[in-house]
Amino acid sequence: MKLQRMNRRALTLGALAVSGALALTACGSDDTGNGGDAGATTAATGSIDCGDAKGQLLADGSSAQKNAIDAWVKQFTAACQGVQINYKGSGSGAGITAFNQGQVAFAGSDSALDEEEIAASKEVCQGGQGIDLPMVGGPIAVSYNVPGVDNLVLDAPTLAKIFNSKIKNWNDEAIKKLNPDADLPDLKIQAFHRSDESGTTDNFTKYLIATAKSDWPYEGGKAWQADGGQSASGSSGVAQQVSQVSGAISYMELSYAEGMDVVAIDTGAAEPVKASTEGATKAIADAEVVGQGKDLALEINYGTKAEGAYPVTLVTYEIVCDKGNKAESLPATKAFLNYVASEDGQGLLADAGYAPIPDEIIAKVRTTIEGLS
Amino acid sequence: MDITTQNTDAPPPTPQSTTAELKRAARGATRPGDRIFLGLSRGSGILLLAIMAAIAVFLTYRAALAISKDEGNFLTTFEWNTSGPEPVFGIAVLAFGTVVSSIVAMVIAVPIAVAIALFLTHYAPRRLSGPIAYVIDLLAAVPSIVYGLWGALILVPQLDGLFGWLDAYFGWTGIFSWEGGPARSMLTVGILLAIMILPIITNVSREVFRQVPQMHEEAALALGATRWEVIRMAVLPFGRSGVISASMLGLGRALGETMAVATVLSPSFLIQTSLLDPGGGTFAQNIASKFGEADTFGRDALIASGLVLFVITLLVNGAARAIIARRKEYSGANA
Repeated sequence: MKLQRMNRRALTLGALAVSGALALTACGSDDTGNGGDAGATTAATGSIDCGDAKGQLLADGSSAQKNAIDAWVKQFTAACQGVQINYKGSGSGAGITAFNQGQVAFAGSDSALDEEEIAASKEVCQGGQGIDLPMVGGPIAVSYNVPGVDNLVLDAPTLAKIFNSKIKNWNDEAIKKLNPDADLPDLKIQAFHRSDESGTTDNFTKYLIATAKSDWPYEGGKAWQADGGQSASGSSGVAQQVSQVSGAISYMELSYAEGMDVVAIDTGAAEPVKASTEGATKAIADAEVVGQGKDLALEINYGTKAEGAYPVTLVTYEIVCDKGNKAESLPATKAFLNYVASEDGQGLLADAGYAPIPDEIIAKVRTTIEGLS
Repeated sequence: MDITTQNTDAPPPTPQSTTAELKRAARGATRPGDRIFLGLSRGSGILLLAIMAAIAVFLTYRAALAISKDEGNFLTTFEWNTSGPEPVFGIAVLAFGTVVSSIVAMVIAVPIAVAIALFLTHYAPRRLSGPIAYVIDLLAAVPSIVYGLWGALILVPQLDGLFGWLDAYFGWTGIFSWEGGPARSMLTVGILLAIMILPIITNVSREVFRQVPQMHEEAALALGATRWEVIRMAVLPFGRSGVISASMLGLGRALGETMAVATVLSPSFLIQTSLLDPGGGTFAQNIASKFGEADTFGRDALIASGLVLFVITLLVNGAARAIIARRKEYSGANA
């Protein structure tokens, strides 16, 4: 008897919990972002050449370029009604894995394919291989939260020492020397890094390795390697910590640094450079194409002293097959990438906090897209 | 007419047939319903074993792939970098963090949960205990990412005061020393996990305390015991194994909690002696934060760490079962 009573009770509780959980999850799963936000399709769509593109285009990869892709998709699908583009921003690693398993037409990635990944791509791209097409530049801003200091200048060795816990206080001599006029408080530095693996971390530490090797003795990669410091998940996570914690400093994509103080980097040019989309484009213009054949993987010159060039910049790629793309998705892929690489497509980037790829390189990208088969 | 019917020798229901039926029932499944039910329940049992075995095989296979390529020591390396030229990863920090945060959560949650359950069953008026029980159930339905966001935005700033106080009075122990900075440490995780596992421990304990035979309590009362003495001498001993099982359910949740930990912890591959300093990590948190960007090898490495969590959970459950088995005479499950 008791058992029965208890069971009925448990059943009601269970039913309540289940319906409650259903009600809660029902609100949370509505993130298919290509719904028609009104008013976003005002820009000219005349330059988009749909070709014979139709059907659904699946893509996956870097979350860093997700906002750029969303903006492009809005414009493109408004012009080419027959095409649906679905870009999941699950991360560069997931994107490349999906690409090499033949699940997606193209992948987005913060770093170029490595040798193993190219070898694996040959199975999917019959007769060809995966290639990197640089499409989006992203300045990585170093933002900070120090009361009373709004024009902080730092150079690479100082940045390396701050993130390596060698400089622990904001009134350190090294920082004072770079900022003779600033009123630096006696405040502990809280250096935040990403706790998840990230292309942003990879590119930020690549910059430190290239420019301050003696102060940054790590080998680099998507995972943070230095000991100490604080961490948080995602660009939004570190951005939130910087705005919340006094004495904090961290690196993040420029669009996340809105409303925060941003470090100007002393690159050796006449003026220290603050993160900006133009600065990033100038730095990418100084980059070298290191990919073989049609692969347009870039190597950024982190030590650039060009006037106004902001060296802490990442390039995100679209990865496609040079030959052997799937017949049913090839027209849509070509049409979309053509638009992305066009002047209109690149022109959208600056508004979204990204840097357009400089003319000389994007011209090569356009030629390569024409040759995709 | 009546007489004729009385005189018919149609056999009345005889005791023989009843005993035969009983015997058949006792032998087991003979009627279709019994047979179907037996088949279904046996099938479910076997299916469960098969699923567990499939998970174990999958984890072991992928883990073996990753560990064979690990350049560090899987058990002792304090680093997790699977995408570098020399991939290294180790679980020491994760195992430490998982166990420590769960212990902190249990130390906080179990006494509170037992107190709530006792209050609901023995002190609260009926009108109050119903609503409180429902509210506690609702706590279990809140998604963990909501706990994470609440923790990061509201709990963490509030904890500065507590951390400062602990550092001032107990800093000398080493466990509670604090260097300042945001309160995103193992203790924060433990406090959040404690809130998250409270409902399940409370609910199960409440049901167990409700099962205490009325006569035990009445006997104790008749001997002149106060209400507290009744609880101490009749209710708690009877409910102990039930509370242990409830705690193990909660512990299981704490060991595997992912998003809330990933949101409030400031993870790093260090073991901090102080509970208040940021750093450390847990298995589930590490998998969640590293999975998105991981390549195939990186995922295998994460799966290897998942296997260790699997083993730890099995050990914990085994230990709990052993404890309960020793106290069978009190077990609520057998009553």
